[in-house]
Amino acid sequence: MHSLAVYRSAHRIALRDRTLQLLVLAAVVVITSTFGWLLLDIVWHGANRIGWEFLTAAPRSAGRNGGIAPILLATVLILTVALAVSAPLGLATAILLSEFSRPGGRAGYWIGLSLDILAGVPSIVFGLFGNAFFCVWLGLGFSILSGGLTLACMVLPILIRTAESGLRTVPNDWRLGAAALGISKASALVNVLIPAAAPALVAGLMLGIGRAMAETAALIFTSGYVDRMPASLLDSGRAISVHIYDLTMNVAGGDRSAYASALVLIALLILINGAASWLAERTLKRRITAS
Amino acid sequence: MTITGESEGLVEAVDGKAYTVGPLLSGPPCCRPETQIRVDGLSLGYGGKPALKDVSLDIYRGCITALIGPSGCGKTSLLSCLNRLTDLIPGCRVEGRIMLDGADIHSSGVDVQALRQRVGMIFQKPNPFPLSIRRNLEMPLKEHGITGRSELAARVERSLVDVGLWDEVKDRLDGAALSLSGGQQQRLCMARALVLEPEILLMDEPCSALDPLSSAVVEDLIETLRGRYTVVIVTHNLGQARRIANYAAFFWVNDRAGTLIEFDQCRRLFEQPRHQLTAAYVRGLRG
Amino acid sequence: MSPSARDARLLRWLAFAAGLASAVLILIVLFLMQESWPVIARYGLVHFVSARGWHPTEGTFNLVPMLAASAATSALAIALATPLGVAAAIFSRFYAAGIVGRLLHWVIVLLAGIPSVVLGLWGLTVIVPLILKVAPPGTSLLAGSLILALMILPTIALTTEAALASLPSAYGIGAAALGLSREAIIINIAIPATKASIFAGVMLASARALGETMAVLMVSGNVVQLPKSLFDPVRTLTANIALEMAYATGDHRASLFVSGLALTAVVLALAAVARRSGGQVVHA
Repeated sequence: MHSLAVYRSAHRIALRDRTLQLLVLAAVVVITSTFGWLLLDIVWHGANRIGWEFLTAAPRSAGRNGGIAPILLATVLILTVALAVSAPLGLATAILLSEFSRPGGRAGYWIGLSLDILAGVPSIVFGLFGNAFFCVWLGLGFSILSGGLTLACMVLPILIRTAESGLRTVPNDWRLGAAALGISKASALVNVLIPAAAPALVAGLMLGIGRAMAETAALIFTSGYVDRMPASLLDSGRAISVHIYDLTMNVAGGDRSAYASALVLIALLILINGAASWLAERTLKRRITAS
Repeated sequence: MTITGESEGLVEAVDGKAYTVGPLLSGPPCCRPETQIRVDGLSLGYGGKPALKDVSLDIYRGCITALIGPSGCGKTSLLSCLNRLTDLIPGCRVEGRIMLDGADIHSSGVDVQALRQRVGMIFQKPNPFPLSIRRNLEMPLKEHGITGRSELAARVERSLVDVGLWDEVKDRLDGAALSLSGGQQQRLCMARALVLEPEILLMDEPCSALDPLSSAVVEDLIETLRGRYTVVIVTHNLGQARRIANYAAFFWVNDRAGTLIEFDQCRRLFEQPRHQLTAAYVRGLRG
Repeated sequence: MSPSARDARLLRWLAFAAGLASAVLILIVLFLMQESWPVIARYGLVHFVSARGWHPTEGTFNLVPMLAASAATSALAIALATPLGVAAAIFSRFYAAGIVGRLLHWVIVLLAGIPSVVLGLWGLTVIVPLILKVAPPGTSLLAGSLILALMILPTIALTTEAALASLPSAYGIGAAALGLSREAIIINIAIPATKASIFAGVMLASARALGETMAVLMVSGNVVQLPKSLFDPVRTLTANIALEMAYATGDHRASLFVSGLALTAVVLALAAVARRSGGQVVHA
């Protein structure tokens, strides 16, 4: 009797274990195969259209034919505006948080909280804000400038948080050493701390670029749709993600170009993310050899 | 307070006073007992917790003063007060006075950066900046307004010669400072402090992170600084204190706060301690 | 200039920059409120849940169908993504030795990096036609949820993975010493010990799902209606903003800002809950 009960419960446990294994394995198969499907689909449909001409020509018949040259340029310009504004602002705020605010201090707490909240705001809301503030209130209209500034607001929390943690990993010995030599914080930052944290800062910047480049919703009503070659920052410009959206939704027969553009976008993102993690790893290694 | 009769020191110890100050006879030949820094009733706490209580002692110009005692008795805290590095520690409160050549360094009008140029510091762990050897030395100079190329070069060379590093690194001044060995890095840090031509050098266990050989080199180097600089050195190595110091101050933890037990000529503190704690500690029985 | 004066000047600049950075959030809230104020003042907040449907030209702005669509797509996506994400984390922590686990980790990180517009494109050309074969029109609540699930899966997987990795390894050894199987350790020890973090991850993922625009917009069909089945086309709150901002004016435009304000409030509440339960934003 007793041994039978033990046998039964052991049997039940074995069955449970087996089931769990199968479920986990099934989930992993589902995830990887879906991802593989997605990636292969994009490469398969996108690759045959990509060539030198696709990257350098202007779009024809609403993007069904031709290339994406003005779109690439507009994307680069929007990113440039976004980073030109957010990078200095982000670095300065990160320096204030990591070097000047006391741990547990009030200013640092409130700034940090506002950044965490900002990081959670949905991108379409950034679009609404950008439209109301930059396009209408400041009178910049649908322009590369409006789009870039909107993205700058969006990536600010990422830039600040990554830069802050990068600066915090710089050994405190150097701060004390510099202070003991009567070196001002400003020089210590310029000569020692920022160079030491540079790979982490660049990695954070890459992360921000990646986020900005993938963004669509915040740009539709700020930088606009126009797919002409932009002549100035006050021209409307179509970012590559907006281009993909427009080809998919509004252009019958635009799928092939949409896939090709998606492939270009993903290739750029992988490149940027790869560079970011390589740099982040290098910081870590340098820290180990330095100590 | 500084010079008391020979017998009085012992009486104070028996009375249970926080510290005793021994009779200060004239020091070794290089060392005239002329007060440069006067620490007067110094107390220090971190976030309300006392770390150092009511410490008074004098530090003499051109002498080497060793601060000894068990871990956590406030020696390093005292050292950080002398160049106001305590300013950087959140929640650190300093009471009492520290007079450097008669001026209180903790008063509000003091230019802290100028003070730190006069009072250099060497840390336990060598901390050269992740720059070239040359830039490690030039950066502090430029910061204090010395920009002439020939003067920079001359000062760099002189300080490296002073720490005996010149012959080892003169061919690779633009190489990374972090590629030097631990002992070389520590000597570079000393050169970096010396290049600013300070009057006083604070050293926080400068040899404890080094291997025995490098440690001996650095110790010999500290010896050569006697007379030219006032040196205050924290050390756990009693043998080292005995070998190089003119004066020694012994600290102990009372009620969780560091207090000064005895301050005397180094030789006397080791050979004829007047307080039984000191006697036990220098004999290696406690701490 | 003396070093201390230089530091004082630096600090002033830094404080200015930090003030500007913090002002962004205040500006966003102010502008959302200012833009939505006219229509709130005219109709009152109740109007947005009680009006006779969403007819901007007739001045009726009922957001309930959009709210329901957003809630339904997100809830379904969470229901799909949570078991998958947790399973993926368990796999790389407990089953996959070395390279296979790293590989799955990279798949998930890459998945997190796929722009939502690309997921929408794939959903529209691959998933929607498949659903169309089962029940037209294909663009539907189900399609939206599937794509959203794919989008938020990395958030759940990565937070769970981090939580499992932070468990003291003594747990595992102690349990193994008791003769417990790997599965018993997972079910009885690992999952209960990381419950709070998994919950936080799910909350963050919900916030992302609710706030997502492009992917859902491209595959859900965008018909303003209360969904009755999985195959009904729906329009989420975010999609509504994206679709109508282009031509909206006056009260119509203001009501879109109202929906933006409502969306932000919900998303931030979820993020706050996540933060309370110890979740951290993974910048992956």
